[in-house]
Parts: sequence; C-alpha cells; structure tokens
Amino acid sequence: MNTMNMNNKQTDKSSPKKKSNYDLDLLLKLNKQMLLIRRFEEKAGQLYGMGKIGGFCHLYIGQEAVVVGINSALEEHDTMVTSYRDHGHMLVCGMDPKGVMAELTGRITGYSKGKGGSMHMFSREKGFFGGHGIVGAQVPIGAGLAFSHKYKKEKSICVTFFGDGAANQGQVYETFNIAALWNLPVLFVIENNLYGMGTSVQRSSSTDNFAIRGEAFGIKNKTVNGMDVLDVREAAIEAINYCRSKQKPFILEVKTYRFRGHSMSDPGKYRTRDEVAEMRKNGPLKALQKLILETGFNENQLKEIDNQIKIDVNKAADFAIESELPDEKELLRDIIIE
Amino acid sequence: MKSNEILMPALSPTMEEGTLAKWLVKVGDKISSGDLIAEIETDKATMEIEAVEDGFISKLIVDEGTQGIKINTPIAEFSENEEIYETNIDESNKNVISISNNEVDDVEKLSNVREYDKVVTFSADDTTKKITVREALRDAILEEMKADDDVFIMGEEVAEYEGAYKVTQGLLEQFGDNRVIDTPITEHGFTGIGIGAAFGNLKPIVEFMTFNFSMQAIDQIINSAAKTLYMSGGQMGCPIVFRGPNGAASRVAAQHSQCFASWYSHVPGLKVVSPWSSEDAKGLLKSAIRDPNPIVFLENEVMYGQSFECPISNEFTIPIGKAKVEKIGSDITIVAFSIMVGKALEAAKELEKNGINAEVINLRSLRPLDLETIINSVKKTNRLITCEEGFGYSGIGAEISSLIQEQAFDWLDAPVLRVHGKDVPMPYAENLEKLALPQTSDIINKAKQICS
Ligand SMILES: Cc1ncc(C[n+]2csc(CCOP(=O)(O)OP(=O)(O)O)c2C)c(N)n1
Ligand SMILES: [Mg+2]
Repeated sequence: MNTMNMNNKQTDKSSPKKKSNYDLDLLLKLNKQMLLIRRFEEKAGQLYGMGKIGGFCHLYIGQEAVVVGINSALEEHDTMVTSYRDHGHMLVCGMDPKGVMAELTGRITGYSKGKGGSMHMFSREKGFFGGHGIVGAQVPIGAGLAFSHKYKKEKSICVTFFGDGAANQGQVYETFNIAALWNLPVLFVIENNLYGMGTSVQRSSSTDNFAIRGEAFGIKNKTVNGMDVLDVREAAIEAINYCRSKQKPFILEVKTYRFRGHSMSDPGKYRTRDEVAEMRKNGPLKALQKLILETGFNENQLKEIDNQIKIDVNKAADFAIESELPDEKELLRDIIIE
Repeated sequence: MKSNEILMPALSPTMEEGTLAKWLVKVGDKISSGDLIAEIETDKATMEIEAVEDGFISKLIVDEGTQGIKINTPIAEFSENEEIYETNIDESNKNVISISNNEVDDVEKLSNVREYDKVVTFSADDTTKKITVREALRDAILEEMKADDDVFIMGEEVAEYEGAYKVTQGLLEQFGDNRVIDTPITEHGFTGIGIGAAFGNLKPIVEFMTFNFSMQAIDQIINSAAKTLYMSGGQMGCPIVFRGPNGAASRVAAQHSQCFASWYSHVPGLKVVSPWSSEDAKGLLKSAIRDPNPIVFLENEVMYGQSFECPISNEFTIPIGKAKVEKIGSDITIVAFSIMVGKALEAAKELEKNGINAEVINLRSLRPLDLETIINSVKKTNRLITCEEGFGYSGIGAEISSLIQEQAFDWLDAPVLRVHGKDVPMPYAENLEKLALPQTSDIINKAKQICS
C-alpha cells in the first residue's frame, strides 16, 4: 500500500527539553500528524452523515495529542493496541489513510477488506493490533503482545490504550497483576476523556485517579495533560524507557477530552455546550500551533500545511468511495486457516 | 452533491429519515467547522448537528418542524464568502420539501404493510393501542416496578441517559436512582451483583447494552444464576431478568452482531424468551419479571421502533413456554422468533401467491419450547421450516428439527429445512452483511423446495 510517508513511528529519542528549545522540525511533525487525524476524522464524520459509513463510528477529535505524543517516543518495532476509537492510532502507526477510510466505507481496499469496519482494523506490518469493539478486551491482549516481545527477546514494548470507562472492567486488574508479576514490557495508556459514553468519571468510578490503580500491584505510574502534545511526549519518553530497560509495566494516565459525541449517534445531553466549548478553546492543536508561530513560522505557512493535508484526506475519501465493495466470495474467506 | 449544500445527515446506524426540529443558525450567519447548526430528531433521540466546513449560511431549504427528511436531502446551503442572501424560503425550495413529503407518505405506506395489523388478533374485550416495541418494553418494566417494590433495574446508561436505545425512558424520573441504577462498564461485576441481590430476595432486571456484552458476564449467568437452585437442593431461587438487544443491528460488524439464542437455550436452569411484536414484548417481559427463575430476555434493536397493536391492560401477560400461531395455514409450518417472525409472515404472504398456504408460528419462548404447538401444526401441514438469525450450526433450528424427527417423524412428508444466518462472523460491508443475514427470499425458496 502506498503510504504517505509521514506517519511512521519515530525513532527520534531526543532527551526532554524545555518547550522553547524544541526544534521546529519536531513541532511541525507533531502538528502534521495531529492535523491529519483532525481532518481525517472530520471527513469521516461527513461521510457518515452522507450514509457512506455505517454502523458505529467513534471520532478521536480532541484527543489527537495523546496518540501523537506517545507515538513520537516509540521505536519502529514497538506495537500498539486500542479500542474502537482507533482511527488516530492507525494513522500515526503509518497506516495509509486511504486504506483506513476505505475500511470505514466497507470496501475491498480497506485494511480488513471491508469486513471489519471502523472498530475492527489491524495492520500486522505496521505493528497495529486493533481496533477492538469490546470495552476492555484489548487490555490483556496488549499484555499478551508484550509477553510475546519479551519471550522472543525483541526489545519491543506494547502500548495498550484504553478509556476511563474501560478502566473499570475486571480484566484490566487481572492484567495489571500478571503484567507486574511476570515483568511484561507494556505501557498502559489510560485515555481519560472524562466520559464513558454518557457517564462521567464521577458517576462511574469510586475514585477519579486512574493512574494509581496499579499501585497495589507495584506498577509505577504518572498522570499527564493530554491537551499538550509535548507534555505527553515527555512523559512517554520516560515511561517507555522504563518499560523497555526494566522490562516492566507502567501506567500513564492522560487527561483528555473528546470534542464530539461518543459515536455519531450520541445526542450529548450529559454535558453542557459550555463545557464542550470551554474545552475546545484549549484544544491540543491550538496550543501546539501557538508554539510553532512563536518560532517565527507564519500563519500562511501553517494554512499551507493544512491545505495539503485536506487534499490528502479528500483523496483518501474519494478512494474510499470509488473503491469496489468486497467480492461476494469474501463472505466465506478468512474464517479459519485451512 | 453540490459542494455548498448541507445535507440531512445520518445520525445513527438505523436512521433513514429525520425531523428538522430546530434551526440554530439563520441566513447570513458565519459558521465554522464544529458550530452547531440544527437540531434533528432521529429514530432514537434529538441530536445537534455541526457544520463541517467554514462559510456563511446562504439559504435554509427546509422549515423547522419538517418531518420525514430522508438522509442526504439538502437542508441548507452555505457559501464561502459573505454575500447578500435571500431570507425567505422560495417557491423552488417548496418542491424540495414536497418531494420529501411524498417520500414520507411512501415510507409510511410501506411501514404500514410491515406492521401486520391484520395478523395480530386479540380476544374481543382486550383494548389495544398501537405502540412501538420500545414503548411496550418500557411499559412492562414500569408497570411491574409500580406493582412490586422489589423490582429494580440496572445497567449501563439505563438511568440518566434513559437507555442506550431509549428503552428505559422516563424510569429514573418516576422511580429515582435507588431503583433505576447506572452501572460502570463492568458486566461481569454487575451481573454477579444482580444475582446476589436476587439470592437476597430482590427481583433485579439487568440490562445489557447489547447481548454481545453479556459474554463478559456469561460465567455468572450460567454458573451462578442458572445452576444454584439445583446445587442448593431447591433453596436458592434466582428471580432475575437479563434483557437487552440481541442479534444484528445494522453494519455494526462481528463483535456487535451475534444472536445468543442457542447459547443460552443450551443451559438447564435458565428460561429463554424472545419477543417479536409489542404485544410479545409487553406480555412476555411482565411474565419474566414475575417469574421466580433466571430469565434471558432477547430483544432486537431493529424491532424497537416498529409499532404494533398492544393490549393496554396492566394485567395483560403472556405465559412463558407458549408459542403463538400468527397465521393459520395448511401446507407448510414456518416457525420463527424475534425479527424473523416478520420475515416469515412476509414469506407466507408471498407464498400465498404461489398457492402455498403457510402456517406461521411465533415461538416467543425458546426454553421451555412449545413443542406441542409445533407438532400440532406439523400434523396438519406435514412440512416444517425453522428460521433464526443466528448461526445454523447447533442452533435453535437444529434442536427443533431433531425434536420433530424424534417425536413427529411419521407426520413429515419432507425433510425439515433450516433458514439461518451464514456460518461467518458478521461482516461490516453492506453487501456482505446482507448476504450473511437470512432474508425473506431464503424462506420462500426453502418453502417452495419442499412444497413442490
Ligand atoms: C463490554 C462492553 N460493554 C459495553 C460496550 C458499549 N460501549 C462501547 S464504548 C463504551 C464507553 C467506553 O468508554 P471509555 O472506555 O471511557 O472510552 P471512550 O469511548 O471514552 O474512548 C461503551 C459502554 C462495549 N462495547 N463493550
Ligand atoms: Mg472515556
């Protein structure tokens, strides 16, 4: 598949710096990835509205800094697994926006040949292990991937993303215990966007500090502001170094917010418009672009980058609409390996 | 699509049309991506839609309150630059509205055909009202909660959100948060807690957002709820209802589209019920809540919005373990449950044109199964087809087929045939999903095959 050659996991392991010291190249790279996710998701929302995408479609808008920051601290051979809110994760792993969008429209050119859809997409080649529709199910799977890395002495770690809602599932704690007991190189990233569907953290969780939930198992943790991609990156560098060098789990709680509904069919009555507007004001892209402008880069140059990304996303959308539906023979393929 | 049109968006997997409840912008307003522009009522809820481009609203094509607007119908126009705009809806636009109204009429006609008014029959003194399956379920819960303080309901999003599929609408307001309880996303935990509460003489209704998520909790349902009465020598009854949508919805793919009818029906100690119409939903759910046993109550999301005549009496219940003959016939028996009953009736109508008079049985209960009604029918028709949306392998149809050949072999003039979902995880792609699901035409074809 023809990749856009900008999203691959970065091997850049530069040590933490003060914000003013970041080099422009890095800032631009982060900006480009976050913008790609933003524009991709906006387009997906639009295609859903037109009936081109069906079923459930969960957008990542507002949370871009989480996956982009974490990814910027990963090595090429590391692996990733997440929930159904997975489009951003796939894009940063270097999966082709065309193939992702074509899966959303259920076409043969999609990553799962149109058989998985928005919530179930994978790329073994890019180290992305899904795309899981059952809340919490990816958590032990991530630890299992870490087990495989350790077993094969690969030096890779697995980043396992899950939400604040998922953090209450029992299998999460079974996994914490085993990951600590067996010293598995897994980074648990809790994307705390304050809501699981229509239920706020206050109404679903007896305490709202998710990071410390591994302490009873002896798992180190940290909490970080997910609206600042550089903060996420710093925390990720530290956490990932720890997982890799110590061969141990780590829990990183990232405080974030989803600007859109839970899925496309969420009336959103559980939070006020003002709350959403307030969070949008402090969106992750705005914060990063402010820093970029401070380096002397100008608005027009930023606009130019944005326009190019919009063109690429439109191409992905055209590809996704024009591609063929899967052949009927696909119905009976891939069920079991003969 | 013209690039400057704003189209009626699809806002849920099952939405086909909606009502423009309210405009949040007016002509001339500047909009940027993310701004709210209108409130739309869908089949499930009222939702706000956002602008996806930057620009200025140049025209509002449909009036507030317009109903039945099909998805992808233009509802407004915008331009990239500020200009002078028409402020009134002009004549040419009325066309757009009237066209969509015509479409609404057609849709209504169609859905009337789908509602089988003529088939559903009640005894003369039952007053009925046309309500949706969703309302029927809610009414059943509401009436039983009113009648018995020990009944309570819990599950994800059942209280404040009023149900992910709006089945529990109004219940929190009526009964308060002691009895209408939101749970964390913790199926295994809250299912076990429900079972413990039932051991403690309460009568919980546990809602699974969909039955796909009951897989997280299946150990508790089978090992704790189903078996404890037996293991305690009859001491420990477990009066609990596990309910929620089961089976495929629309395009939600393999992990969210599975029928668990045969899974649960396999287990002694459980009763398994699956309603089709509003009447079934209300009558069976009321019986389930009153029943002293653990009941798995399998609903269907696609049916929630469909309307049927339904008895309004508080005392109306349907016995668990009894099937209903929905259509009397003489040439072939078609048994079905849940959404497949509708397809079986459609098939029967079609078969009539071919001179085949089919009897359609709505099973209602899968465990215990009303074998007597099936056998009586087979004695008359000598032919049987079973229908289910789930997999055929080890399915409900396989069980019925086996029971019939054991107990009514001499009455059969043809092999029992099964209509069921394809033996594949549910695919996402539109064309494949359709192929995977059993269709009315499959029933017709199989019926013709054994009636010739
Ligand atoms: C086991 C299970 N239960 C329920 C659901 C339905 N569901 C899908 S997403 C979701 C909310 C999850 O919230 P969170 O983990 O915070 O993730 P977010 O959606 O906020 O990214 C629920 C209840 C599911 N998919 N799987
Ligand atoms: Mg969340």
